[in-house]
Amino acid sequence: MFWKMIFGALTRQKSRLLLIAFTVALGVSLATAMLTVMFDVGDKVNQELKTYGANLNVLPKGLSMLGEMYNLDQVEGEAARPEQHLAEADLGKIKMIFWAYNIVDFAPYLETKIMAGNRPVILVGTWFDKHLNLPTGDEVDTGMTRMKSWWDVTGSFGRDDEPRGAMVGASLAAELGLKAGDALPISGLEGQDLGSLEVCAVFHSGGVEDGQIFAPLRLVQDIAGKPGLVQRVEVSALTTPENDLARRAAQDPGSLSRLEWDTWYCTAYISSIAYQIEEIMPGARAKAVLQVAESEGAILQKTQLLMSLLTILSLACSSLAISNLVTASVMERGTEIGLLKALGATTLSVVLLILVEILITAFAGGILGYFVGLGFAQIIGRTVFGAAVTANAMAAPLVALLVLLVAMAGSMPAVRMLLLLRPTEVLHGK
Amino acid sequence: MALVVYNLKVEMLREVFVNILEIQDISKIYGTVNALRNITLSVQQGEWAAIMGPSGSGKTTMMNIIGCMDKPTSGSVILDGDDISRLSSEELTGIRRDKIGLVFQQFHLVPYLTALENVMVAQYYHSIIDKEEALQSLERVGLQDRAEHLPRQLSGGEQQRVCIARALINHPKLILADEPTGNLDEANEGIVMDLFRQLHCGGSTIVMVTHDPGVAAHAERTVVLEHGRLARITSNPAKDF
Repeated sequence: MFWKMIFGALTRQKSRLLLIAFTVALGVSLATAMLTVMFDVGDKVNQELKTYGANLNVLPKGLSMLGEMYNLDQVEGEAARPEQHLAEADLGKIKMIFWAYNIVDFAPYLETKIMAGNRPVILVGTWFDKHLNLPTGDEVDTGMTRMKSWWDVTGSFGRDDEPRGAMVGASLAAELGLKAGDALPISGLEGQDLGSLEVCAVFHSGGVEDGQIFAPLRLVQDIAGKPGLVQRVEVSALTTPENDLARRAAQDPGSLSRLEWDTWYCTAYISSIAYQIEEIMPGARAKAVLQVAESEGAILQKTQLLMSLLTILSLACSSLAISNLVTASVMERGTEIGLLKALGATTLSVVLLILVEILITAFAGGILGYFVGLGFAQIIGRTVFGAAVTANAMAAPLVALLVLLVAMAGSMPAVRMLLLLRPTEVLHGK
Repeated sequence: MALVVYNLKVEMLREVFVNILEIQDISKIYGTVNALRNITLSVQQGEWAAIMGPSGSGKTTMMNIIGCMDKPTSGSVILDGDDISRLSSEELTGIRRDKIGLVFQQFHLVPYLTALENVMVAQYYHSIIDKEEALQSLERVGLQDRAEHLPRQLSGGEQQRVCIARALINHPKLILADEPTGNLDEANEGIVMDLFRQLHCGGSTIVMVTHDPGVAAHAERTVVLEHGRLARITSNPAKDF
């Protein structure tokens, strides 16, 4: 009889219950979209931010100490010394650390000074798009093309298999009157002829690079007389926002307890990734670009906070709307409910009857809203991040719990009415 | 002959049964309004009593108190041995469910349940559902062939008969009827009053509130209220059924 009464009430009040289901669906769809994006936003925001530059600099230990002491990156005129350089052959190890899959891209740099257009210019050697075969059997494509994807490039990015191809910074190109396709004769600081570079692109970075020339690493190594060596490596890694543990570890990993150390080491903090790079490359020092790392963390946290607030607001709105609709429904059915009480139904059994009706309606709306929300999440993913958002298994039970809470919260005023409703109002038609 | 048999039956009941309802000096005050003042009344088991009075006389308040839906400000109401003036709201619900059958002026059937299911609702909240017994109850009011009809498919008289079947299903100690013919035409009024007569002959105790002297005349006694006071109690001449 209980289910007969539930079914009867559901079919009899179709329009009102459909309105309740629609309200729940609307709130849940927004909540689902926000939750799904929120669960996935860490990776998405990280990937988005990674396109704007590296968050780790890997330097030779000797050079990094000098740099820290004297604020220098290079000692002028000094001959190439192994402790002031990293071996190009070792760079593949960066993709072999514990958090290898979080290393999105990396690119080595080697700088030397040359003469171009009768003025000294910094020539930077790098990997444009390098294919690496790692000892682990994995294959990696990495290089500056991916790291500097935000550069405004006129022409085409340099290629590692074009030994004389070069990218010229916009301000230097303007000064020398260069454009893509031109040949740029270069010479050493002492005037020795170094041949010509083929300008494949003119780029605008907005930084000091606009006054530099980028060429394949091998060419610059030959010109600088530093075969197989690089000065620094920029690494772009997907990281977890820093917290107190990560900050303490960054200062002194030895200060952590065993448990804290394990937690830190097995979390993709920028400091733990830097530590692991130093572990695998003993002659290197990995330095986090803290402004970038902390900005990423702050953006991520603010994005997640915004989405949480939107979720809460959408559900609160749904709850208020449900409250009005359910209260109106109970008022409309006051006679029927009072009759049941007059026939001997306890308040609890009447409340149960109404709540089950509301919950069935809410869950029907919730299921609809969940799938619509997944669709919204994909639209948000495609529009904002240019990629699909992965549905998180956590979202479904969380949404079910939220539907339950919203329906219960929305039903509270109606339940209060039911508690106060007296059957005498039915008996005498008042 | 029938009159003699009826009178004999009533007298026998009087000797055998005790008071089912004893109202002792009850008053009900709403704020500054004295809805009932010092009413004392008893109803014997098997008796048919009518409560009459003009608007504002207190008959609704009296009905609510007897029906366990309100409590007196002072005095006591003993229903089948229980002092219902001292019980909690939940306990009163139990008494109402177990001992009282309610018949309403406006029928108050659940609109999306059939006639049979409307009877079974009372069973559901009382104990367990018994479809056969519910059908018998409908048969008793002559509606066995309308069991699967929804209230909107029934006439006013038929709806009231379903309401009576629902009131009877749990074998109540007292049938409390509020203007049971108030919404019926003359023909249906006759059918419903016949049903009450049959119930009375079967030993049911009936308390009926009405403003119609013609309807009240069917009862054995008429209790008249005026301004919250018990104005008079009159015994009605026995009818020939």
